[in-house]
Amino acid sequence: MTLNIDKIRSDFPILKSSVNGKPLVYLDNAATTQKPQTVIDAITQYYTKYNSNIHRGTHHLSNLATEAHEAARKTIQTYINAQSSHEVIFTRGTTEAINLVAYAFGEAYVNAGDEVIVTEMDHHSNFVPWQMMCERRRAHFRVIPFDANGDLKLDVFANLLNDRTRIVAFNHVSNSLGTINPAREIIRMAHEAGAAVLVDAAQSVQHIDHDVQALDADFYAFSGHKIYGPTGIGILYGKESWLEAMPPYQGGGEMIDLVSIDKTTYNKLPFKYEAGTPNIVGPIGLAAAIDYLNTMDYDEIMAHEDETLEYAREQLLGIDGLTLYGNSNHRTSILAFNIEGIHHYDLGTLLDTQGVAVRTGHHCTQPIMTALGIEGTVRASLALYNNRSDIDALVAGIHHVKKMLGK
Amino acid sequence: MMASIEEIQNQIVEDFSFLPQWEERYAYLIELGQKLQPLPDEKRMDENLVRGCQSTVWLHRECQDGRVYLQSDSDSLIVKGLAALLLDVFSGQPAEAVLKADLTFFDETGLNRHLSSQRANGLMAMIDEIKTFAAECAAGEV
Repeated sequence: MTLNIDKIRSDFPILKSSVNGKPLVYLDNAATTQKPQTVIDAITQYYTKYNSNIHRGTHHLSNLATEAHEAARKTIQTYINAQSSHEVIFTRGTTEAINLVAYAFGEAYVNAGDEVIVTEMDHHSNFVPWQMMCERRRAHFRVIPFDANGDLKLDVFANLLNDRTRIVAFNHVSNSLGTINPAREIIRMAHEAGAAVLVDAAQSVQHIDHDVQALDADFYAFSGHKIYGPTGIGILYGKESWLEAMPPYQGGGEMIDLVSIDKTTYNKLPFKYEAGTPNIVGPIGLAAAIDYLNTMDYDEIMAHEDETLEYAREQLLGIDGLTLYGNSNHRTSILAFNIEGIHHYDLGTLLDTQGVAVRTGHHCTQPIMTALGIEGTVRASLALYNNRSDIDALVAGIHHVKKMLGK
Repeated sequence: MMASIEEIQNQIVEDFSFLPQWEERYAYLIELGQKLQPLPDEKRMDENLVRGCQSTVWLHRECQDGRVYLQSDSDSLIVKGLAALLLDVFSGQPAEAVLKADLTFFDETGLNRHLSSQRANGLMAMIDEIKTFAAECAAGEV
């Protein structure tokens, strides 16, 4: 059975909206995805039927809320194939998950003269926290460059690895280029050198391989809102051995075992890393999104997204003066481009008048823009519910803008 | 005699009232941007750079006889059009008046989406720069 995209589109109420009098064509999914009705309902149900604080309550509602919150952890564990649900830590998003590891891992394992490796195509969220940690720990910050197609230079990576390398952090999929990085190979190489690995899965978990055990990732981070769930919830997966060994990131309620004036001992996993009242409904909404995806066949989702991407590339490349960035043979979901003589901000703004939502700018990847020698791009990014009509609307919109600007 | 800041703002609001569609408004802004004199190379220096998140804006400031004179340019035509409106309102006006002026036309034309949206274009920074310069000009510091 193949996916029924019309049916899927009807599951997302926002896709029926109009913008500037035109039907919404939503192509900003790498920034955030829209939510299916089941996710919206799960959130509404929580606040309508069983909103309560969790883990400590003695009353009925608290028990319901705790059960739903912890059931969500199991749903997420299954989705990423973690060995145990206590390896799934709830955070605010990918950024907080990475900051948590950069802090806690840095405190425990990184000392003066050690080395940390990231890539030139990482999002600032997977770049700056490591730079900060290196400054704090007086460690060296190393960067794997990418080539003209947007593929990482693994030979350079091989040379960067040495016995001082403590951790390697990279994005599985680049949010600006769409490159799918060879995660298994990078992780294998890092492990052979004795380094741990963090995978920034913000742009991959919703599109491709997301089995943390098959990847053999030490840490794996993603955001709920980019996988059809709500904002404000992110996931940090960590192998139990690392999570047990590292110190907590933040102190407060929930994360403690016993507190006295002399000494505080910490709660067990996952709560050790979850200080304060958590985003209770976030995981419930995210689990609803995963349940929704689980009603479909993943191979079919990937095939549909690939088909739409390749159709879009072909259509865009037919436009005079258009440059497409990111030409790796291993790619997904991202179409980054510029048109000669038209500023990306102008193109994005004018596409909006056609109802076409794209993002413009440097996409929080200034090192990529520097490497490409540009200020920014227009970026159209795809999700499950996008189809050829969306691409046709984008292309028609671009032609319209070109005509308007006499280009 | 030169029209006052308030009169110019009212004129802009009236001009935009004839353009109900956003696409028409942008087309008009782009036209204004294209008509704006490009900033000569010697004035495209770092100290004239107003950095926005998405576009680059240059703002050249001069103070003569207590009046503020401005020139501007941008790599984005829409931002350049918005800058043209700001120049229209402020350039040549007494520094005191620039300092006291309430910028109302952005709200009244709906162009305020360009001020608040996504720290996008350096326009807000440009307004800050103009106000700061007007204060220095009024105080006789420049």
